[in-house]
Amino acid sequence: MITGYFWVDLILKVVAVLVVMIGLALVAIYAELKVMAHMQNRIGPYYAGGRWGWAQPFADALKFIQKEDLVPAGADAAIFKSAPYIVVAATFATFVVIPFSSSLVARNLDLGVFFLLAISSLTTLGVLMAGWSSANKYSLMGGLRAGAQLIAYELPLVLTVVAVVVQAGTMSLVGIVEAQAAPIELGPLSISLPFLLKGQIVGFVIFMVAAVAELSRIPFDMPIAESELTMGYLTEYSSLRFTMFFLGEYAAMISMSAVAATLFLGGYWMPFVPESALTYVGPFILIAKIAVLVFFMLWIRSTWPRLREDQLQDLAWRWLIPVSLANILFVGFFKVVVF
Amino acid sequence: MTTDYGALMHRSEVAVSVELQTQDMTLNIGPQHPSTHGVLRLVANVDGERISGVEPVIGYMHRGYEKLAEVRTYAQMTALVNRIDWVSGFASEVPFIIAVEKLTGIEAPERAQWIRLILTEMFRISSHIVFTSSYPLELGATTPLFHALRERERVLELIEGMTGGRFHPNFNRVGGIKPAAGGGKTQKQVSMDIPAGWLEETKAVMERVLGATDDSDTLVTGNELIKARTVGVGCIPGDKAIEYGLSGPNLRASGVPFDLRKHEFHLPYDQVDFDVIAGQNGDCYDRYWVRLQEIREAAKIVLQAIDKIPPGPLRSKAPRVLKVPKGQVYVRGENPKGEFGYFVISEGGQKPYRLKIRSTSFSNLSILPWVLKGALVPDLVAIMGSLDFVLGDVDR
Repeated sequence: MITGYFWVDLILKVVAVLVVMIGLALVAIYAELKVMAHMQNRIGPYYAGGRWGWAQPFADALKFIQKEDLVPAGADAAIFKSAPYIVVAATFATFVVIPFSSSLVARNLDLGVFFLLAISSLTTLGVLMAGWSSANKYSLMGGLRAGAQLIAYELPLVLTVVAVVVQAGTMSLVGIVEAQAAPIELGPLSISLPFLLKGQIVGFVIFMVAAVAELSRIPFDMPIAESELTMGYLTEYSSLRFTMFFLGEYAAMISMSAVAATLFLGGYWMPFVPESALTYVGPFILIAKIAVLVFFMLWIRSTWPRLREDQLQDLAWRWLIPVSLANILFVGFFKVVVF
Repeated sequence: MTTDYGALMHRSEVAVSVELQTQDMTLNIGPQHPSTHGVLRLVANVDGERISGVEPVIGYMHRGYEKLAEVRTYAQMTALVNRIDWVSGFASEVPFIIAVEKLTGIEAPERAQWIRLILTEMFRISSHIVFTSSYPLELGATTPLFHALRERERVLELIEGMTGGRFHPNFNRVGGIKPAAGGGKTQKQVSMDIPAGWLEETKAVMERVLGATDDSDTLVTGNELIKARTVGVGCIPGDKAIEYGLSGPNLRASGVPFDLRKHEFHLPYDQVDFDVIAGQNGDCYDRYWVRLQEIREAAKIVLQAIDKIPPGPLRSKAPRVLKVPKGQVYVRGENPKGEFGYFVISEGGQKPYRLKIRSTSFSNLSILPWVLKGALVPDLVAIMGSLDFVLGDVDR
């Protein structure tokens, strides 16, 4: 409660989430341009904005918006037009439950993790809609690839989150962060560690692999695969709708990183930072952790080629899912016997 | 009431035995598509992601070079032939000019022949670097492109320093090579030889190229995901490769160590020491690997040639208006992409009666329907890219 009036609070929260999300997404776009450029012996954007090309994401967005808004003649117009908004809305909705500090959270749901997984898999629906309604064979193939891929990778993602929930004993994201901040007694020592260092390292790796696949980023960007399917489900999109997808992609990158940071890296909490300071420093700690994870994703993108669809399914069903099931067993055993 | 499980089972068996009726989708890839290297069009029949048949449609870039040759003098043609395969322009100039030299009986001085050899190998390096850097790009890896093109730029600068052109040198003349860049009234005095310091500079750049291939090895060759995408994909056995008339690295990757530089050369290739690189499986990975090794061999050839190049004139005496006697000749050379040949028929006079161009990419492309049958759509890109064709070379 900020002002005490329900509707005013609601609008303020929505605006805050939108501004933070779009702001972070623009920073991620800029980071992608610059980080990849420097990994590739280039300078990257240089002129827009006058210094370091900082205005390049804005220039890109403006350019995209100026384009003609095309709807193919054979397309299912209503579905075609609404698909990008579903993707963006689902991505933005994940930020409702992510805690930037113990009090700075739009809604601290008891079933936060459950809500997060449910709402983030809605993006699949938007992508399938886009692929199906475009009346383009490349779009259709891209959409179907996305559908198959997201189903395959939703499972290991959920299973690793289950292991975290088992260890934390709660599904509330604030609760999960507090569980990581809670000190554990090791003989005379009393230390608190993020879940990553408390036996979740396998879970973290699987979560990140599945997250990259969920985000359709290289090496798992087969739904878009510009050298095979031109642009996959994005082929027929232009103008504002394309911008929506584009922004949604980077927003999803931020939100996935935020979830990973919250579940495994301690979220807004950090060791040696006093409890009282966390309210103010917390958001910056979380954003720093997000930045590290986003950087890793950019690094992966400039290092690896694209896998093939069957190889991706192979990886998911034969490796990630069995290992994440074993991970739940291991974490459960750890939880019952050790702590 | 008891359930008749037998009947249910029977019903399900019936349902399973009826095959799902599906229809193949015709996917039109190109002529405007990111990975068709220009304007190749493939009409593919796909069952899901699996290709059941593919038909290449070519001719979008037909420029009629064979016909153009009939209305141009021999000297004018060098400017055109290096635009057939534009990534290795000089290498396709050389067989043509040698064919004309054979018809006229004019022989190029030794120094000119060595310079032709050096430039051919430099264009081979340039062409192969374009392949080794852009091939990962087709598989989705963007970084190798920028790392490899850096070294290619050095090579192109040298080529520009020598010939005045980066892509289209137009440097060969009947009886030798054009005097190097320079000009005006004093051309005869200042530029009857290659630019000063060019050979030393080339030596340094070749060392850098060798270093760059090592970089490619660490960045690309050993990469697990690159291997996953290319090893065992698009296998062409040696006999099939010969059947379809493949040549160059595509043929050698299939384990046939055939290289015109060893078997039928018109430049002093017998005086330099180099290996013919051959693969084993003829898959996409081998085709990539063979080209990467050929960059090394080409750099070694250039380094040896720089030590062996004799002094002397660049051009022997040839008449201003070149009249070629009646006759016909076929000359072929090892272009970076494979065998490149010219069949010239002269009825006497300044222009050829007929010029038949045996271009490499056209023959290399002909195996596409065979090798793509049963492949997946992502493999289509990997296989097509690994054949390394240039559309200008296909359509001429």
